[in-house]
Amino acid sequence: MTTIPALSWDGLRVAVTGGTSGLGLALVETLSARGAAVAFVARRRQRVIDVAQRHPGAHGIAGDVSRKDETYPIAMRITAALGGLDVLINNASHLGPVPLALLGDTECEDLEAALATNLVGPFRLTKALLGALAASAREGRPALVINIISDAAVTPYAGWGAYGASKAALLHLSRIWDEELQAHGIRVQGIDPGDMDTPLHALAVPDADRTSLKLPADAAREIVGFIEAQAVERKPSGESRRRTDPTPG
Amino acid sequence: MKAAGAPTQRPADARLLVVDADGRLRHAARAELADHLRPGDLLVANDAATIPASLGGVHERSGAVLEIRLAGRRSLAVDDVRRFTAVVFGAGDHHTRTENRPSPPDLRAGDTLMLGPLEATVLRLLGHSRLVELRFAGTPDAIWDGIARHGRPIQYAHVDRSLALWDVWTRAAALPVAFEPPSAGFVLDWRLLETLRARGVGFATLTHAAGISSTGDPMLDAQLPFDEPYYLPETTVQAIARARGRGGDVIALGTTVTRALEHAARRGPRLRPGAGVATQRIGAFTALRVVDRIVTGVHEAGSSHYQLLRAFASDAVLERMSVVLEQSAYRWHEFGDSVLLARQGRSKEARHGSGPKKATTDSPGASPARSALARLRSSAPARDPSAARGSAGRLARRQLDPR
Repeated sequence: MTTIPALSWDGLRVAVTGGTSGLGLALVETLSARGAAVAFVARRRQRVIDVAQRHPGAHGIAGDVSRKDETYPIAMRITAALGGLDVLINNASHLGPVPLALLGDTECEDLEAALATNLVGPFRLTKALLGALAASAREGRPALVINIISDAAVTPYAGWGAYGASKAALLHLSRIWDEELQAHGIRVQGIDPGDMDTPLHALAVPDADRTSLKLPADAAREIVGFIEAQAVERKPSGESRRRTDPTPG
Repeated sequence: MKAAGAPTQRPADARLLVVDADGRLRHAARAELADHLRPGDLLVANDAATIPASLGGVHERSGAVLEIRLAGRRSLAVDDVRRFTAVVFGAGDHHTRTENRPSPPDLRAGDTLMLGPLEATVLRLLGHSRLVELRFAGTPDAIWDGIARHGRPIQYAHVDRSLALWDVWTRAAALPVAFEPPSAGFVLDWRLLETLRARGVGFATLTHAAGISSTGDPMLDAQLPFDEPYYLPETTVQAIARARGRGGDVIALGTTVTRALEHAARRGPRLRPGAGVATQRIGAFTALRVVDRIVTGVHEAGSSHYQLLRAFASDAVLERMSVVLEQSAYRWHEFGDSVLLARQGRSKEARHGSGPKKATTDSPGASPARSALARLRSSAPARDPSAARGSAGRLARRQLDPR
């Protein structure tokens, strides 16, 4: 094989956690439609089977990223299914207490659950897959981790303590890891997709005006554009790459 | 030496015995491996992740409990996961030394094995009652799911605690194709990779389906290593050419890297990138074409591993190395200490001259050390790495197992 295949979605290997609802499902749909090789992870086996059936070619993996003992089996399933990994999207999220609670009313267990899914889970899964991402980078392919965060990671919204604190930690984890891994050809980015019309948002704000919320499919398209922009940035001189999507606006 | 019984990949006090090209030995801290590499050198690792290849289950026809250990596969293709070569044991687990494990039930072609969520058919016996070719039922995704949920890493009696995948995946672990960890790679961490980069030492990988190191059966052990598929990236071939161009050494992290690189170079000095299946045996008379030095573990199992080291060094050097390892209480097995062994007796000019390079060996039968080793080996069939834990006869049973 030659050095770097120009970025084409055909053959790009992408894994998405929380892939059976909301933004994760939209990412699976968008990436599959582009021709990427997609593996997705979600907790409920039956939903995984249903989504996999609707997206032939996408590999469904039943697993809970918040559980330490499931991390490596999930990582193994991802790389086994895709033959490696170029892009990991840590999208699975936990809201914390439902309904939302002030921090003083937040049970420790709810905070821990949010941290397990939103911070420790992405840390563990990324770490388990770092070897695969590094292998991708060594072969001149894009190697990218996208951690889905939120504006609650930056702005201290009352009532969003568990979620906001966990996403703030995830954002900072992303920044530090990006510093450490850039020299190895791996990028780690936190992305805020905006307020979307998703099951998680409905849990948090049951009476929200849904027409004011972004569609998950729109956010997914922006993230796909971001992936392309990253890959184009990595382009070695003299090599042409195909761009098939505009970068996010 | 003593067995390393704790599954710690990088113990703070891990040691490295350095054997240079002139056969000189010195002790070093393994954490300072990078000190022994020069700018322009290239360290090549096996980036295979380890699959949980031990599957417990039931032989349907007899109802007997058994354990199978996946041990071979035809290719690394992601969807080529229906057929495996496997070694079969009777009831029990890793707490019993492999050579003491009961035999499996009488297996015949067509038999069904129920292995947790997996169902497998025995396609045929491979010349031995415990070595079979299996075919799993189901889609590749379902087979991987079953292995991920039901399998356990293969392990031996010297490590008591049940291993998890995080115990056996190296920091470079990528594609899950190894049946046992390429444990020379346990030395790797991101700090080491940074240090290599800062010093101008290259780092590259290949993917090699490291097989099992011991079956508990002398006849089967004599067949090890089985054929092992590998993938050699073009970028690694280029990195080797760059290292060569700069007069640097190629340092293989483990026997699997050595086997794959030398297999890819078997048709001449130009390495062939891409997929291959390493079928060759490396021994005292193998002319190494690619690898200048090897980092390897300290084990007593598997004569094939010992044979491979004989391509690097004369038996006299290997025996001196063994004595020092013994006297200095190096820890053996996959979580133990390491050796950095240089190909012996080559001047710098010879190494970078044209044509395939020859490994220096003693002429057969001429060396007292060789016959001494032959005597030792004749009393030491390959066995469960745990077998030689006692002090009596340790030296006699010691072998060097690079994985």
